[in-house]
Formats: sequence, structure tokens, C-alpha cells
Amino acid sequence: MRKIWWKLSAVALIIYTIIGGLLFQVPRLNIVNETIRALYFHVPMWFGMVVMFLVSTIYSVKYLRKPSMETDTRSVEFANTGLLLGLLGIFTGMIWANYTWGSPWHGDPKQNGAAISLLVYLAYFVLRGSVENEEQRAKLSAVYNVFAFAAMIPLIFIIPRMTSSMHPGSGGNPGFNMYDLDSNMRMVFYPAVIGWILMGVWIATLRIRTKLIEEKLFDLEDEKNV
Amino acid sequence: MKKMYKTIATAIFASLQFSLFAQSEVEMADTLRSEGKIYVVVTIMLVIFLGLIGYLFLMDRKISRLERKLSEKGLKR
Repeated sequence: MRKIWWKLSAVALIIYTIIGGLLFQVPRLNIVNETIRALYFHVPMWFGMVVMFLVSTIYSVKYLRKPSMETDTRSVEFANTGLLLGLLGIFTGMIWANYTWGSPWHGDPKQNGAAISLLVYLAYFVLRGSVENEEQRAKLSAVYNVFAFAAMIPLIFIIPRMTSSMHPGSGGNPGFNMYDLDSNMRMVFYPAVIGWILMGVWIATLRIRTKLIEEKLFDLEDEKNV
Repeated sequence: MKKMYKTIATAIFASLQFSLFAQSEVEMADTLRSEGKIYVVVTIMLVIFLGLIGYLFLMDRKISRLERKLSEKGLKR
């Protein structure tokens, strides 16, 4: 197995998150009560998603500058892993919202923005599935991917902060705020973010490697037939 | 086994004493913690997580093996 250390550190960081996230002291706050610990598991999903989509976009730009099927594969699989983390983020968010805000879907601007950007990325896979020609598919989806990332930034990071959102970082928030996130919580939260990002990269690389093997096999088959 | 759990629990709680927040009327799962049952939850979560990770490592190894096989095959031609 090549370069095992970062995989092991991902595992170690998440083990630390599970232990620390459940056992360490957290601030006593009304409404969220003990569920504040969900922050250690719900928020890293979004950080992971954004990083996966960013890497995917970088590979898309790289593809547009110098087309190669391998770059295209990398871009797709990172987007795929990002979508997985995003879906986990939205479902965990719905469970958390059900207990603290009163209903799973509260129409919170950040919730809506996240849902829209996930749909934008789902359309990316629909687009890929609908083009037969390999090179055309790669080129079109690379262009779309760059726009999808550009659309995600305002949807998740800007609009929710401009209106009143129940998420941290904007007005009308009952529970906690990113800027007064307790220093005890930071001790668990940041390792959790790094751990889950590394985990996402690991899963993405596994998918990339299987796909590259698949492509190589196809090439070998083609050579046989010639 | 129970004694070991108790010792670990005492050690962890003792080390956390200095950072304890003032007890207020906000409701938290204090009883669950004082009974030490939170460790059951932590252990279960760790077992599941480690199981999944072990599986991921096996998958990683399998893919590496396939890559090696394929590159040998490619060199032969």
C-alpha cells in the first residue's frame, strides 16, 4: 500500500473525534443542550464536501488546459465523494434540526442553499450520463463543474450570512456562534475537520484507482481486438 | 473489567475537572455521564468505525494488488 501514513492519521483523528466529541466538556446552552456535540460530526461533512468539490474543480480546470482522460476521471470521482459527504451533511443536519428547530426542513437559508448546490452537482452527473462521446462528455462536464463550484460559493457562504439564518455566522441564532465557539470545542472540531477531509480524499483515491484499472483493462481489450 | 472502566472514568473526569463549566440549570446528560454509561456508547461507535476502516484498508490492498497485476501484464506485451 502506497503512502499509508496519511490514511492512518485520518483514522487516528476521527477516533480522537469520537472519543473527545462524546466525552470532553461542552458549553451548557439552552435549546441545543447536549446535541451541540453533533457539531463535531455534522459540520466536518460540509468542510469535507467543499474541499472535495474544490479539488474536483481544480482537476476540471487542469483538464480544460490540457485534456487527458485521467484528469477527467480524477475530477469526477472527487465530485462524487463530495456529493456523498454533502448528502451525509444534509441528512445529519435534518436530524439535528428536527430536535433543535422543531422540524427537519426549516427553510433556513443555509439549508436551502446547501440543497440547491447539491442539486447543481447532481445535474453534473446527469449531464455526464447524457453525453455519449467520451471527449465531449469530459469537456462539457469540466466546464459545467467550474460553474457548479462558482454557484456553490454564494449559495453556501454568502447568501446565508446576508439574511437571518439559524446557522452560526448570522443573526437570529439561538445556540452558538462560530466566533465564540468554545476553545474546548475547537480542540475537537478542527481535528475532526482534517480527519474527515483526509477520509474523503482516501475514498476518492480508491474510486479513482478502480476506475483507472477499468480503463486500462478496456485499452488492453482494444489492443487484442485490433 | 468494570474496575478498569471505573479507573479510566475517574482519570478522565479528574483531568477534566479544571475545565468544568459552572453547573447551571441547562439540562445536559449528566446522569448518563455520572453512571459511566457514556463509555458504552463511545465503545460501540469505535467498534463500528474501526470495522469500517478495516474494511476500507482491505479494499485498498486489493486495489493495489490489481494495479500491480495489471502493470505486469502491460509490461509483457
